[in-house]
Amino acid sequence: MTNRIAHYLKTGVAATAILAQLATVPANAFCGFYVAQADTKLFNKSSKVVLARDGDQTAITMASDYEGDVKEFAVVVPVPTFIERKQIGVVDPRTIDHIDRYTAPRLVEYFDEDPCHPQRDQIVAMAAAPQQVSRGAGGGASRQNYGVTIEASYDVAEYDVLILSAKDSDGLIAWLTDNHYRIPQGAEKVLGSYIKQSMRFFVAKVNVERMKAIGNNYLRPLQVRYQSPKFMVPLRLGTVNAKGAQDLVIFALSKQGRVESSNYRTAKIASGVDVPLYVKDEFGPFYKALFDRAVARENMHAVFVEYAWDLSSCDPCAADPMSNKEVAELGARWIGSDDGAPYRGSGLFGGMSGRNGVFVTRLHVRYDANSFPEDIALIETRDQGNFQGRYVLNHPWKGTASCEAATAYRKELAARFAKEAENLEGLTGWTRNDIAARMAASGEKLEAK
Amino acid sequence: MTAPSLPDARYFQIAALSTLLVVNFAWIDFGAKPLPSVIAVGTALATQLVCTRLTGLPKLDLRSPLITGLSLSLLLRADALWLYALAAGVAIGSKFVLHLEGKHIFNPAGFAIVVLLLTSNGVWISPGQWGTDVWFAALLGFMAILVLSAARRADIALFFLVSHAALLLARALWLGDPPAIPLHQLESGSLLIFAFFMISDPRTAPDSAAGRFLFAFAVALAAHYMAFFMQLRPALYFALILLSPLTLLLDRLVPAERFIWTGSVQSGVLK
Repeated sequence: MTNRIAHYLKTGVAATAILAQLATVPANAFCGFYVAQADTKLFNKSSKVVLARDGDQTAITMASDYEGDVKEFAVVVPVPTFIERKQIGVVDPRTIDHIDRYTAPRLVEYFDEDPCHPQRDQIVAMAAAPQQVSRGAGGGASRQNYGVTIEASYDVAEYDVLILSAKDSDGLIAWLTDNHYRIPQGAEKVLGSYIKQSMRFFVAKVNVERMKAIGNNYLRPLQVRYQSPKFMVPLRLGTVNAKGAQDLVIFALSKQGRVESSNYRTAKIASGVDVPLYVKDEFGPFYKALFDRAVARENMHAVFVEYAWDLSSCDPCAADPMSNKEVAELGARWIGSDDGAPYRGSGLFGGMSGRNGVFVTRLHVRYDANSFPEDIALIETRDQGNFQGRYVLNHPWKGTASCEAATAYRKELAARFAKEAENLEGLTGWTRNDIAARMAASGEKLEAK
Repeated sequence: MTAPSLPDARYFQIAALSTLLVVNFAWIDFGAKPLPSVIAVGTALATQLVCTRLTGLPKLDLRSPLITGLSLSLLLRADALWLYALAAGVAIGSKFVLHLEGKHIFNPAGFAIVVLLLTSNGVWISPGQWGTDVWFAALLGFMAILVLSAARRADIALFFLVSHAALLLARALWLGDPPAIPLHQLESGSLLIFAFFMISDPRTAPDSAAGRFLFAFAVALAAHYMAFFMQLRPALYFALILLSPLTLLLDRLVPAERFIWTGSVQSGVLK
């Protein structure tokens, strides 16, 4: 991600964590309850970006939960075209948190019924996995001739925004440096490459006075909208001099269907797997281990789909539905409404209504300069198939009744536990002994071999 | 043509494409699905059968349509099953309708892909990111077929790959990008299928070596321009179909012996 430059500027930035949020139950959701997870720092050094794509129109929203001195905050983002004032805005950070919770990998619980008196209903519960963000850094401004043109200068809420174009990278670096943007060593080549591709630079820093006047004590995510056939996430600047891999979560809103990378392999994360009950208390570490292992299996060359679904529905829902206002705020203005009502799709009966609904894809990528040498290019597919990262807990029936079915059921349980243990080991790489011990503690005793 | 002592190259090609599909289904999912694949292959074979009967060709040859069907299975994605059938039908049908002077004007699979991309809202092209291992294995396999089959006209695959790689490398040098970027851009499954199965289709490639070289370079150049200056993707297919009529001109300018699959199809039989 591009606002990443700022990342280097900060020494010892603590990548912040967002807890796995407690979701409240939508009135009409599943007959169940939700379980909270209390994980922090699930993915260090991660950032979030929301892309809304309609034809050649893209809105990109970059989330940052920068916690340093706001005077030090700055971002430099390459953009394909000139940006007008009306194409820039800020977004309520809670909206990004909402779509994060709404699309997060989830845990689902099922309770076995009494085998002697089978019924139909199952209770479902779940929890969203956490995500987080970070970034920031320093700015300032003066002018001189660097071959850098300040094409426009805007006041945007708490930010001062400049749109720069440059003739060469040396001039741009000199300009940025003289204006107190600390650019990492080695960025010249990347900047030079963008300049030759006729990209402009969107540069923002915080206007402290205006921020005080507005009365917010946090920075809101910036959103830039532009018209360009280029549909991509620029992450090269962020990989220059980066120490270790970084995580990026892309939330893509599109009209036609699932979004995938056109220049990196897009793989679905493992899903629908039965896991032991104790994972409920370890969902954060579980998902982190699962993701680490998935990344390793693909040699860190893949983009992972964690969620792909028509935004007007969810099953089960990890959070309240997004409102029309939130969906429009994130850039999907084609829905034609921005009231507070839950987004229900644009058709007579809701849903995608052919091609004018909103399809959301959550892509999670771990990258560094070696594994992702070029920016991620994206394409919008026509695939409206639903997918979610979903892990299943099956609570055994605890009753004491005896009948033929109950005896058979108890016999099957042992095999089921063994299978769950095997699944967990395969997904996370956790050791069998540890898994067995934790399972025994939660009442799922594995039979000794 | 040198008299081939080995079996028809198409048997190897069918084996290679089938292996890729099996790898996709069994190990590394790169997006091909069983039912669409069955429909694409089935429709391609059925269309060949029907068209062979209708045009009164003496012999039914199912190898080429099988390759077309397999290529479509690996490359094309659609949101409805009938689109796979339509693609295969258009592909094979184009061979019987659009031909001139003993050649097809367009590679069947490439033609179908472009027609559907331009006319249907429900299709897209899988970028074919197979992962490094599968990509290298496929490259080696396709190269081996090229050498084994001694089909000299397949030199166009190499002409194209070299032209394409050189353009990507030149662009990287101009931009100051590290070599990792053009190398990564080459590592695309759809590029390999394109190079070894579409542009190199001996029934559509120019007859002379010089013509093939010129054509391969022209397609690479056009695709490069479309992709990077017009942001038009998937550029390879558009460039190939746009420039395919050029082969007729090249065959006039630099004439050479016309290709005919040997072994099964006799001279004068065009499909």
